Amino acid sequence: MDIRTPPPFQRLVDRHAAEVHRFLAALVGPHDAQDALQETFLSALRAYPVDVRHPRAWLLTIARRKAVDVHRRRARQPVPVEEVPETAHTDPPPPDDGLWAEVRALPPKQRDAVAGRFVLDLGYDELATLLDCSPEAARRSVHEGIVKLRERIAP
Amino acid sequence: MSTIEERLRTGIAGDHPSDAIAGFVRRAVREGTADLLYAPVDTPVGRLLAVMSRVGLVQLRYADGDVDALLEEVAGAVSPRVLRDPDGLPSVRAELHAYFAGERRRFDLPIDWTLVRGEFARRVLEAARAIPYGQVASYRQVAEAAGNARASRAAGNALGANPLPIVVPCHRVVRTGGGLGGYTGGLERKRRLLALEGAA
Repeated sequence: MDIRTPPPFQRLVDRHAAEVHRFLAALVGPHDAQDALQETFLSALRAYPVDVRHPRAWLLTIARRKAVDVHRRRARQPVPVEEVPETAHTDPPPPDDGLWAEVRALPPKQRDAVAGRFVLDLGYDELATLLDCSPEAARRSVHEGIVKLRERIAP
Repeated sequence: MSTIEERLRTGIAGDHPSDAIAGFVRRAVREGTADLLYAPVDTPVGRLLAVMSRVGLVQLRYADGDVDALLEEVAGAVSPRVLRDPDGLPSVRAELHAYFAGERRRFDLPIDWTLVRGEFARRVLEAARAIPYGQVASYRQVAEAAGNARASRAAGNALGANPLPIVVPCHRVVRTGGGLGGYTGGLERKRRLLALEGAA
């Protein structure tokens, strides 16, 4: 097998879509996560093939940028649309809705660090790559994010 | 009471985002970023893997085992921008099902000849396509129709390398003496296809 042949793109989808979706749901909420997921994989496919040794990290980096786009769009809107349901449905609200809303309200670095650390179980080195900072700075961002969440969430 | 960390870890469960991914594939196709779409198709001769490009059907493989390996091959040979069709390639599926139900004798699917190497091989496969449903021709006859009556062996090789079995009916090519010859999918399948078509 020629090791330089990039794998079929569907393999990246099969292996990482669920995880990328969970990451985006943490960052932008389940409603916007659907579209952000599509945007993530469209961007990735347009750039493909790339010599990617860590496809998961590559996809998460793209996803994070898409999440930033979502937040920027929201900041320009007069009315927050984050929790507006698409259709009436009878599903119960996701567990710990309030906690995740607080996560999304954190400053961006802390929000992304907390989501990366707890939703994806990223190590500090991986987190550093995702956040484009040092592992020590990543660890600090996680810590600061948790401290802030504790302040805002009644025990 | 769980700590914040524990609650975050339990966190965002969620169903697999199948709908969002299906939407992604459809958008990728619409904008022309997806080069290839694939789908499995179950038939009386086993599971096939169909691969479509923007031009047409580019590959049909007997997918007895590992689809992963087949996809890797097409990623290397054609393009790695290959995605699973959430709709299951309905036109391919419909024509194959109709063929196996005895309702269709010719395939109307557009063909992408990218995986056919060389002019002679292309003419050999076109000659196979010209053999009517329910009939057979010899390797020699096919070689002759492709422009070189003495190239039976090369014709056999070209048929053996047919990327689109069934749709390009290499199963209709047999030995002059009456022997079946060869078939990439195995002689049992060749027999079944000929029997289905009622070929003597």
